[in-house]
Amino acid sequence: MKPLLKYFRGLRLSCFLAPLFKLTEALLELFVPVLVARMIDVGIRGDGGTPYLIRQSLLMLALGAAGLLLAVTAQYFSAKAATGFTDRIRSAAFRNIQTWSYSQLDSFGIPSVITRLTGDADRIQSGVNLTLRLLLRSPFVVFGSVIAALTIDKESSLVFFGTVPVLAVIVFGVMLVSIRLYGKVQTYLDKITKSAEDNLSGARVIRAFRAEKRESAAFADAASALAKIQKFTGRVTSLLTPSTYIMINAATVVLIYVGALRVDGGRLSQGEVVALYNYMAKILVELIKLADLIITITRALASAKRVAALIETKGEDETGGADAIEAIDGAPLLEFRSVGLTYRGAAEPALEEISFTADRGERIGVIGGTGSGKSSLISLIPRFYRSDGGEIRYSGVPADELSVGAIREKIAVVPQHTSLFSGTVRDNIRWGKPDATDEEIRDALAAAQALSFVEEKDGGLDFVICENGSNLSGGQKQRLAIARALVKKPEILILDDSSSALDYATDLKLRQALASLDYAPCVFTVSQRTAAVRDCDKILVLDDGKIAGAGTHEELLQNNEIYREIHLSQYPEEGAAR
Amino acid sequence: MKMKKKNDGMLRRVFGYIGRYKAPTVLSLLFSFLSAALILLLPVIFGRMIDRIVSPGSVDLQGMLPLIGQSAAIIAATALLQWLQNFLNNKITSNVVRDIRIDAMARIERLPLSYLDTHPHGDLISRVVSDTDTLSEGLLLGFSQLFSGITTVIGTLIFMFTLNAKTALWVVLITPLSLFTARFIARRTHAMFLKQSEAKGALTAFINERLGSQKTVKAFSKEADSADEFDEKNGRLTGFSLRAIFFSSLVNPTTRFVNSIVYAVAALTGAIAVLAGGGALTVGGFTCFLSYATQYTKPFNDISAVITELQNALACAKRVFELIDAPPESADKNTAAIGTAAGKVEFRNVSFSYDKSKKLLENISFTAEAGQRVAIVGPTGCGKTTLINLLMRFYDADAGEILIDGKSIYEMPREDLRRQFGMVLQETWIKNASIRENITIGKPDATDEEIKAAAKLSGAYSFIRRLPKRFDTVLGADSDGLSEGQKQLLCITRVMLAPAPMLILDEATSSIDTRTELLVTADFDRLMQGRTSFIVAHRLSTIRGADLILVMNDGNIIEQGTHETLLAAGGFYKKLYESQFERS
Repeated sequence: MKPLLKYFRGLRLSCFLAPLFKLTEALLELFVPVLVARMIDVGIRGDGGTPYLIRQSLLMLALGAAGLLLAVTAQYFSAKAATGFTDRIRSAAFRNIQTWSYSQLDSFGIPSVITRLTGDADRIQSGVNLTLRLLLRSPFVVFGSVIAALTIDKESSLVFFGTVPVLAVIVFGVMLVSIRLYGKVQTYLDKITKSAEDNLSGARVIRAFRAEKRESAAFADAASALAKIQKFTGRVTSLLTPSTYIMINAATVVLIYVGALRVDGGRLSQGEVVALYNYMAKILVELIKLADLIITITRALASAKRVAALIETKGEDETGGADAIEAIDGAPLLEFRSVGLTYRGAAEPALEEISFTADRGERIGVIGGTGSGKSSLISLIPRFYRSDGGEIRYSGVPADELSVGAIREKIAVVPQHTSLFSGTVRDNIRWGKPDATDEEIRDALAAAQALSFVEEKDGGLDFVICENGSNLSGGQKQRLAIARALVKKPEILILDDSSSALDYATDLKLRQALASLDYAPCVFTVSQRTAAVRDCDKILVLDDGKIAGAGTHEELLQNNEIYREIHLSQYPEEGAAR
Repeated sequence: MKMKKKNDGMLRRVFGYIGRYKAPTVLSLLFSFLSAALILLLPVIFGRMIDRIVSPGSVDLQGMLPLIGQSAAIIAATALLQWLQNFLNNKITSNVVRDIRIDAMARIERLPLSYLDTHPHGDLISRVVSDTDTLSEGLLLGFSQLFSGITTVIGTLIFMFTLNAKTALWVVLITPLSLFTARFIARRTHAMFLKQSEAKGALTAFINERLGSQKTVKAFSKEADSADEFDEKNGRLTGFSLRAIFFSSLVNPTTRFVNSIVYAVAALTGAIAVLAGGGALTVGGFTCFLSYATQYTKPFNDISAVITELQNALACAKRVFELIDAPPESADKNTAAIGTAAGKVEFRNVSFSYDKSKKLLENISFTAEAGQRVAIVGPTGCGKTTLINLLMRFYDADAGEILIDGKSIYEMPREDLRRQFGMVLQETWIKNASIRENITIGKPDATDEEIKAAAKLSGAYSFIRRLPKRFDTVLGADSDGLSEGQKQLLCITRVMLAPAPMLILDEATSSIDTRTELLVTADFDRLMQGRTSFIVAHRLSTIRGADLILVMNDGNIIEQGTHETLLAAGGFYKKLYESQFERS
């Protein structure tokens, strides 16, 4: 919670005014029993008569009206503070998430981030709102009632001093225990949710293995276990109402009896006994409200912790360094010098001693099995991760002297999993170049083999893509993602297994178009298949995070065991022919 | 065979479940009635006690003693009834939720896959998990609150009118005011809440989209732009939230104000009645009256909350029973089991499409002899999995026949049909359970030796060996999660453990690295000996050795034959084959 407190800045006035108005309202409420007592003692038993009674009840109405105004004002300020605060922390969290590395986002998971920014933020919002309104109000009314009782009659107020602590212990005791039990209920609930998820996502496998009955029996077991713990929890929480009912009414009986003795002794009037009785009734209502409030606050605090984690998890520092690359003459476009990479928390390095150079117009293939480090190597080029050990140079300038912006300006990546955004085709392509003209966009689409299908769509460049590109086929999405990269006219183009959804003929045309681009980018092609890289000028063979060989397809077939193995596993007849 | 249920029977359906716990339900309602009545009785006793206190010297302490005894008895009885009622309610709701959940899941296992494929899983899960909760709790608590509310209103009315009719009339006349103001505010607020949830939906979609594509956002240096767009959507949400919260928070102060009007009027008219004397109203009766005036208004203040709760519960009931009442797969024909098939598979003029308005598979025929290897090839998304869906009867063909050993698969029990196939899909499915439970899904009684042997065959043993608890490692709990390739190895182990007469391999090794794949393929080859196998693969080496190649495009089988005959035919297959070797 602490790191979030600073987001209250600028809302302090609201945070101060909301409880202030609320307390004033509560104070007015405390006068009502006194008015009733006066009506009895002066109006009925005394000689005030009807005019006095009318005056008192008008006063009561006035108190009610003033209370209404004060409460509405208080609600406004607290709503303002609560929504303002939530707005700020959501914004701060999202901004911070933008600085995270991929592995940081991965370790939270997007669904969790979404729940934190929506559900948890809501809980914080209502927590702040209720805290400002009620946290001070309820104790104020409880103590106010006790003090009012004290001013009426010291002896009788002893009943209050005896009752309030016991009530507080009961209410908060039951609450504490039930919070703990609800935590347990939650874990069982998570279990049946997971089980339901399993049963849905695995429907085909479960049926193929004829395990339907077993799986639903397992679910039934989990559901019964949940019901059992719920019943147990219910047994504890159902104690709250009856036990407080006993306490408060027993105290009332005692109060009336003590009051009777005091009236008999001439130290108290009948009206004052009624007032004491009314104060007693107020206390219970407020204590229960306070207990509810504290449950809300504990939940809000737990949520605050979860949101604070989003704000406190610091991303990689991406500031500093020159904003443009001043190329050094004769230096290669990109150079890796014994570069290594170890992911946070990993025992083994993902990459070790990686060295190679790449130049304008060169086509470079990267090949290797799953987990060989292909994606890690590619992620280092646009600095999605920082290398540890070794050095990466761009046109001769070490990466450390450059800002991330300067590096990424020169590079375009087409990731393995295509991501398009809701908006028109034009909006999506302009991600690569915000001021691209329609002509530039068409050129990029043409090179990416996407122009013909875009033109067939309703509205052409104005065709609206749905969230996650759900109204396009996989191949169409990949081609748009390639066009988005091409419109940038990058010096380095990275294709991370990004033509997997294209049929062979389209893939071939795409490769031909890339080879004839007039600005001659250096193209990295990542694949598991030798067919995709065999025409590259240079192929890097990765194995277990190291470069196991580099050269052309023919050279590697001749002298690299791993490459030959990969190739022959895909084209065994060539092995037989040898 | 199931008769169609009407939508309006929703309440009856829920009460059907609650009806399983008849005795507790009746008792709970009875207790709720009794405790509400007793709660109302107590102020009467208190009023009588206060009447015994008049002024110094004229306090009837002796007369108070039996009243104290009475109130003690009432307090004890009320508390006991309240506790029993809470206890019973809790028991009923927990059990009802459990019963509905179990029925819902049992139905899910019997629903046709077309239902599961076309309904978002998140939505189905929330029906099974959270809607059931809301529905049973909302209905039971809503009804018992409504019940005790009505008891309270009627009870207070009776007591108030017997105490003093004139004053009671005032209270009755003014109270509905709070009801109207509350409804007036609620209606205005509702619109704001709708806008708020729309804005929240937009924000969620935006977060999902941008974070899901974080690599792209970073690659194009769009972090700041994204944050600005977020702030704009966030600001909209905040604006609506502020109004929604503020408007809705007006309800309490206004009803409180109406209550204080009621209170003031009751205090005035009551006090005047006491003053008028004639025994119409005593001071004790007056205090008692005031406490009724507050109790009488309470159910009115709560009623909107109760109604929302009930409406909510009914909406959830509708969603839950839509699922439970969804028509299950057609019943199995009651025919004898076929035992172990030899493995001849025949498609005769089969037509099928998912969306009946669009044609997909049309008039397909082919025959795979027992023990043959059938390869299915074609570009991604060409409908290769459709064939598997038909073969396993995940979907039923619209027309034509599918025969195994000359017998229609629609004439045999599904279980029996599926027993004939060992299936490994491209999309791995691993459940949150131990490795052992995951492997033995097809053969729950497998011994440790069998499991180990199967894991060695699939190559999974080499990584299982290194897991903290080996076969007892609970996936999702003990381990950080397996790589896609490791998951695929586990799926293969399932099939290796319980070899079936026929095999379906849908890109079964796509995520496994090439070198491990070589080893697995060798074991698969051995397994496929003498077993009819359907293989979906990209790899030409796998395809070329097949006895029958089905070439698919745009959801249909366009060519079939062996590698040689298809090449010679010079059609789509030839083009596919050549483009894979062509150089740019």
